[in-house]
Amino acid sequence: MSGGLTFRYTIDGDDFTRAGEASSSVKNKLKMLGLSADVTRRVAIAMYEGEINMVIHADGGVITVAVSDSEITMVLADTGPGIPDVEKAMREGYSTAREEVRSLGFGAGMGLPNMKRYTDEMQIDTVVGKGTTITMKVRL
Amino acid sequence: MKVRTILELPDCRVLASGCPEREITRIFCCDLLSIAMSKAPAGGVWVTVMGNRNTLAVASLTDTACIILAEGVTLDEGTAAKAEEEGIAVLTTGLPVFDMALKIHEAWEP
Repeated sequence: MSGGLTFRYTIDGDDFTRAGEASSSVKNKLKMLGLSADVTRRVAIAMYEGEINMVIHADGGVITVAVSDSEITMVLADTGPGIPDVEKAMREGYSTAREEVRSLGFGAGMGLPNMKRYTDEMQIDTVVGKGTTITMKVRL
Repeated sequence: MKVRTILELPDCRVLASGCPEREITRIFCCDLLSIAMSKAPAGGVWVTVMGNRNTLAVASLTDTACIILAEGVTLDEGTAAKAEEEGIAVLTTGLPVFDMALKIHEAWEP
């Protein structure tokens, strides 16, 4: 496989019916590239959690997925409210999701912990009032 | 056990038949999509009362083979068609989650 493939997705805010489409698309592309089921599943889960977070909290954003010979890098950038306390947000069960979001089965405070669990590296750059950029890597 | 066996279970109505020849790996019950996202096993049959488009997205991303909607929960036609497209079997039953899961278990190891 040659390196340097990049996919870019714009995520709509508050459109729950479409949430997950970008992650599904990436999953199918990785499958077609012949990557292992394990890597594909980990990328799909981590990206979906991030995608859902963008829809719930940040009114959407942009996701870029780069595939190289050695790793897959996902960059999720939004101009949402930022995360005031990253340490708290990383704790399982801590959530600031609205009731309507919870009634759909989300907002259990598992998103960020899952993203960390399923990736080899995760970095959160966030500024309150400006937005959040999360970079995740899965090594091949 | 194959998906086909589940499609033929009594008390269930098939909304999408998915891949009937696919082998089932495990039975999984969960109604919180956030938890299903991290725990649903690949190739599993997932029994839940959450029947919305996001249920399907989670099933697709976790490689779930079959969703059974309990307590009479169903899917709208568009979502059922999407499930068929994704190769995921979807059934609905009036049974509660536990009773349904037990029936699958019994069909597996009679």
